[in-house]
Amino acid sequence: MSGPAALAAEVRSPRPPRQFNARRLFRTALPALSLIIVLLAIRDFNPRAISYFGFNLMLNLAVPVALATVAQLCIITVSDLDLSIGNYVGFIACVTTTWLPTRPWLGAAVILGSIVVYGALGALVQLRQLPSIVVTLGMSFVWLGLALLIRPQPGGTAPSWLAGFMGVHVPFVPFPIVAAVVLAIVMHIVLMKTAFGAVLRGAGGNPAAVARSGWSLLRVKTTAYAMAGVLGSLSGLALVGVSSSAEANMADGYTLLSIAGAILGGAEFVGGRISPVGAVIGALTLQLAAVALNFFQLPELLPGFRIPPEWQVGAQGLILILILAVRALINRGEA
Amino acid sequence: MDREIIQLNAVTKSFGAVQALRGVDLSIQPGQALGLVGHNGAGKSTLMHVLTGTIAPTTGSIASGGGARPDYGVAIAKRLGIRCVFQELSLCPNLTVAENTRIMHPRLRGFGWRRRAGRLITRQLDTMFPDHGIRSDTVISDLSIGRRQMVEIARAFTTTDDPLRLVILDEPTSSLDPSTSRQLLAFTRRFVADGGATILISHLLHEILDYCDRIVVMRDGRVVADEGTAAFDRAKLIVTMGGAAEGHAAEAPVSAATVAAEGPARVRYRPKGETGGTELTAQAGEIIGLAGLAGHGQSDCLVEVFDAAGGRPGRVSVQGPVALVAGDRQTDGIFPLWSIADNITVRSLGSLTQGPLISPQRADALAESWKQRIGIRTPDIHNNILSLSGGNQQKALFARALGSDAEIILMDDPMRGVDIGTKLDVYGLIREEAARGRTFLWYTTEMDELEHCHRIYIFRNGRIVAALPRAELTEERVIHSSFQEAVA
Repeated sequence: MSGPAALAAEVRSPRPPRQFNARRLFRTALPALSLIIVLLAIRDFNPRAISYFGFNLMLNLAVPVALATVAQLCIITVSDLDLSIGNYVGFIACVTTTWLPTRPWLGAAVILGSIVVYGALGALVQLRQLPSIVVTLGMSFVWLGLALLIRPQPGGTAPSWLAGFMGVHVPFVPFPIVAAVVLAIVMHIVLMKTAFGAVLRGAGGNPAAVARSGWSLLRVKTTAYAMAGVLGSLSGLALVGVSSSAEANMADGYTLLSIAGAILGGAEFVGGRISPVGAVIGALTLQLAAVALNFFQLPELLPGFRIPPEWQVGAQGLILILILAVRALINRGEA
Repeated sequence: MDREIIQLNAVTKSFGAVQALRGVDLSIQPGQALGLVGHNGAGKSTLMHVLTGTIAPTTGSIASGGGARPDYGVAIAKRLGIRCVFQELSLCPNLTVAENTRIMHPRLRGFGWRRRAGRLITRQLDTMFPDHGIRSDTVISDLSIGRRQMVEIARAFTTTDDPLRLVILDEPTSSLDPSTSRQLLAFTRRFVADGGATILISHLLHEILDYCDRIVVMRDGRVVADEGTAAFDRAKLIVTMGGAAEGHAAEAPVSAATVAAEGPARVRYRPKGETGGTELTAQAGEIIGLAGLAGHGQSDCLVEVFDAAGGRPGRVSVQGPVALVAGDRQTDGIFPLWSIADNITVRSLGSLTQGPLISPQRADALAESWKQRIGIRTPDIHNNILSLSGGNQQKALFARALGSDAEIILMDDPMRGVDIGTKLDVYGLIREEAARGRTFLWYTTEMDELEHCHRIYIFRNGRIVAALPRAELTEERVIHSSFQEAVA
C-alpha cells in the first residue's frame, strides 16, 4: 500500500521570490545603526579613542555586560524576564575571587550548583505558573545575601588564568570585539539556527501550540533558565577577569542593563521574538554610550566643562528611549 | 472491512454543571470522510478535543484497532496518527514556516534540519495548494491570515516517520478564499481515497454534503444522526440540527406587544464596511437578540456600541449611558480580590460619593438593595466575590450593570455555564427592566433565550443577514440564516 504519504507528488511550483521589505530591513539594522552613530560621535569628540588601545579601554567591561545580556535573552526567549541576573553575576564574582584561586574544586562545585538552581527556577516558574518577575526578584535578594555572606568586604583575588585570559592581546583587533563577535555568532547559531532553538522560541511565541505538538514546556523552561545560569556564570568570571577583585553588589546594574541591551537589540518582551546578534550589539552600544559621555564637551556654554560621570546611566536611558521610539514609529507604519 | 482508527463508546464530558457530551458513540474507519455538523454548543469542539487526547472524557471508553485505550492522551493520539487543525491557529507567530514544521516533527533535527523541514512543508503546500506563493523561510506573522491557515493545514498532512491516518479539520475554510477551499477539499478526497480518514467540521453545509461520505449531526452533546451522505440534503440537515420544535415555548415577552416601538432609536448599528444591508436599531424598552454562530461579529457589535456611547453619531450611534455584562466572567467581569459589594458598585461610584470620598453607607445601600432584588445568595455582601457560586457571581455582574445609570445594557452571552434557576431569575429581571424603558442588546448562543427578545438579528461572517421579529422566530429560521451558503 502506498499510503497517504505518497500523495506528496513531485509537483514543484517555482519558489516565490523573497519580498523586499524596507521597514523590516531598517528595523533589523537599527541596533547596528545606533552603534555606528555612537562610534561616529566618539570619533567626533576624540579621534584618538578610535584605536586598538582606545577600544580595549572603552570596551573594558563590555564582555561581562554582553554575557549578562545574552543570559537575559535566553529568559526573554521563553517570554519571561530575569530580575536577578545582576546580583547573580555579582554572586559568581564573589565565589570566583574567594574560592577559585585557593580551593578550585569548591568554587567550581558552587558555580555548577548555582546553575542547577537557575534551571530549577525555570521549572518552578512553569510548574506553579508563577510570574517569572516575582520569582527572579525574590532570587535577586537571595543571590545578594549569599554574596555578602561569602564576601562581606570588597577584595579577593582573581585566578591568574582568568586574568590572563581576559587580558589576552589579539593582534589588530581588540580582544573585547573578538569576544563579542564570537559570542554573537555562537548565540545566533544556538538560538536561531538549531532545531532546539526553534522549540525554545516557539515556546515563547505560542506555548499552547508547542505543548500540543508533544513538547514538554517544563523541559523547555528549565533549559532556558539553565542556559541563562551558564551565561550569567561566564559573565561573573569575565567580570573578575577584568576587575581582578569582587564585591557583592558590583554588578547590580547589570539587571536593567541586560534588559535594555536585549530590547535595544530588537527583542520583544513577550512573544519569543529575539535577536542574539542585536543583543550583543545593544550591549556594546550601551557600553560605548556611557564612555562617550566622558569625551562629550559643551564648548559653547561652559568651556572645558565635561558632563559628570553620574550622568552616564541617564545617557544610556535616553538612548534606549530614543531607539525604542524610532522602532515604535517603524512598527506603527507596518500595522 | 478495515479496523476502525478510533472508537468512542458512550463518552461523556462535563465541565462543572455543564454537560458538553452526553454519551457519544462514534467510530472512525479508514478511507472515510466524515462530516460533523451541529449548532453552537452541540459539543463538536469538545468531541474533537477528546479525539486528539487534549481532554479526557468524564466517563466512557476509547478503543483503537480492537484494543481498549484506558490512558488515552496526546501521546497515544500522536502514535495512532491522529492530527487536528484547530480552529484557533496553533502556529507560533514568531517562527518561520519551516521552523513551525519542525515544532511538529521531533525527527527534524541535526544538521540541515531547516532545509529538510522547508522542503517537507513546501512539497506539501505545492501538492495541496498549487501557486500558494509561500516561502518556507517567511515568518508566520508576515503572512496573511489565509496563508497562515494554508500552512497550518498543510503542516497537519506532512509526515516524517510517524503515521498519519486521521486528520480533523475544524472549520478549515473559515479564512480561505473559495478556490483555495476547493483545493483543500479536493485534496482531502485524494487523501481519503488513499486510505486516510478525515473529519470535517464546517458551517458551510454544501462543503459537508459535497465532500463527505458520512455525516454525523450533533445536538445537545449527543449524536442525533449518523448516516451516509446520500441520506441527507440541506433541508434535512437543518431540521436534524435544530430538532423538531420541542414544546417549551418560553412565555413570550409580554411587553413585546405592549411596548410600542416608538420614539427615536437609542442604538443604530451597522457592521464595519457595510453600507447597505440590514441596520440594527433598538428603542427604549426593547430587548434585542443577537444570534448566529459564535464568533460571527456579535461580540464586535457589542464592543463597538460600547465604544461609541457618548460619541458622535456615525456608523454606530448610541444615545444614553451604556453598561456591559460580560460573558467571560473570569477575564472580563469580576474583580476577583474584591468583595461582592465592591464588585456591584464599581460601575456607579461616581454617584455614590460624599465630597471627594466614596460614601460607604450609600455604596452598601445600593449593593444591599440589588442583593435583595436579584437574589444573590450570600450571608454578607462584604464577602469576597469568589465565595459565590458561578451563577451568583454572574448575578452580581447583572447587579453592577442594572444598578448603574445605564439606559442601554449590553449582554455578551452572559448565561454561559449558569444554572437554570439563576437564568429564570435574571430573565424575569430583564423583562421588568425593559418594561421600565431600558434597552437590552443580548448576544446569546442559546435558542431559548432568543424567545425573550422582541427582535432578533442574525449575524454571519460579520454581517447582519436577517432580522426577525419575535413572532417569526423559529429555531429553523435561525439555523437556516446562520448556515446559509455564500452565494455561488
